[in-house]
Amino acid sequence: MLRTDCLRSIYSELEKCLVVTIMGAVAAELQSLGHSPNFFYLQHAMGLASSTGLGLALCLPHQKVVVFDGDGSLLMNLGTLSTLARYKPKNLVHVVFDNASLLSVGGFPTATSTGTDLEGIARAAGIPRASTVRTVEEFKAATRQAILGDGLQTIVAKVEPVGPKAFLTDLGLLENRFQFRRYIQSLAAKSH
Amino acid sequence: MPVSLENSKIIYTALKACGIRLLSALPETWLVHLIQIAEGDPEMTLVRLAKEEEGVGLSAGAHFAGVKSAMLMQNHGYLASINGIVSFAHLYKIPLLMLITYRGSFGERDPWQTQGGNVTEALLRAMNIPYSFLDAPASVEKRIRQAHALAESSLQPVALLLTRDLMWVE
Repeated sequence: MLRTDCLRSIYSELEKCLVVTIMGAVAAELQSLGHSPNFFYLQHAMGLASSTGLGLALCLPHQKVVVFDGDGSLLMNLGTLSTLARYKPKNLVHVVFDNASLLSVGGFPTATSTGTDLEGIARAAGIPRASTVRTVEEFKAATRQAILGDGLQTIVAKVEPVGPKAFLTDLGLLENRFQFRRYIQSLAAKSH
Repeated sequence: MPVSLENSKIIYTALKACGIRLLSALPETWLVHLIQIAEGDPEMTLVRLAKEEEGVGLSAGAHFAGVKSAMLMQNHGYLASINGIVSFAHLYKIPLLMLITYRGSFGERDPWQTQGGNVTEALLRAMNIPYSFLDAPASVEKRIRQAHALAESSLQPVALLLTRDLMWVE
């Protein structure tokens, strides 16, 4: 299963969501499908995409938030699962692309390559619903259901350790950040 | 417990007056009253963290959402947050209002706190983080208001060091 096929399979569902991604391949591949002002790419600070999603979800309880995490990033901040589980925002979907590899630095294997089970860790941390998917069809069904439904979920998507040729895009980090905040402000303005 | 409840209340009132509505926190002795007050305040979203660095992400999310936030941590929690501060808050110009208890400074009796006290200010300076002290009840409100104003206008982290003189009743 390729991450880019997964992203493509649910791209249209993201239109009304706030999306936070980690750095590297995930950010580049989502952008390659078409950037949108409701997408924020955290191009560093590994481990904090899920914490950012939690902040958004708690502050905007009626807004669906989708985080695209990765095994390398999540392993750097496993405590985030216990914090997510503690507050269980109903509007947060936590997708973890697990390629068992630190791909963007040359493909060094992570601990999931030797058996660490992120779904198991998420469940044991108290995430109400955790699953592992291995095909694009399963990914699409699980993620779509999570976006349209209610309740905190962690979906671990087992993907191949391949990514785009380049990770740099022409979207400036600050441009993305200000655009994202302005987008959220425009939502607030519309709802008033 | 000789942590000053009275001064904790002054700090909390000042945070509320700035419009702070989300607090991330990791407990430490000097912060117990502040965290308990936040917990009992229905207007405040209190997020108890596993590690202080998560608070950088929480505050960034809150900022994007248009909610004002602050972080409560010990100076060792600041040390544990450094990468998040540099590669998120500095990189993406995220305002952070960091209230940091200044353990390991003059008067410290716990040996395990002393090394953190040695490096706290040096690291704040090295990271170009503007900082000031909360050391007397009379100036708390103004300092918090000013720190918050600077964080919001400069879109960067600003630190307030909560000192023993303010937090501890000997």
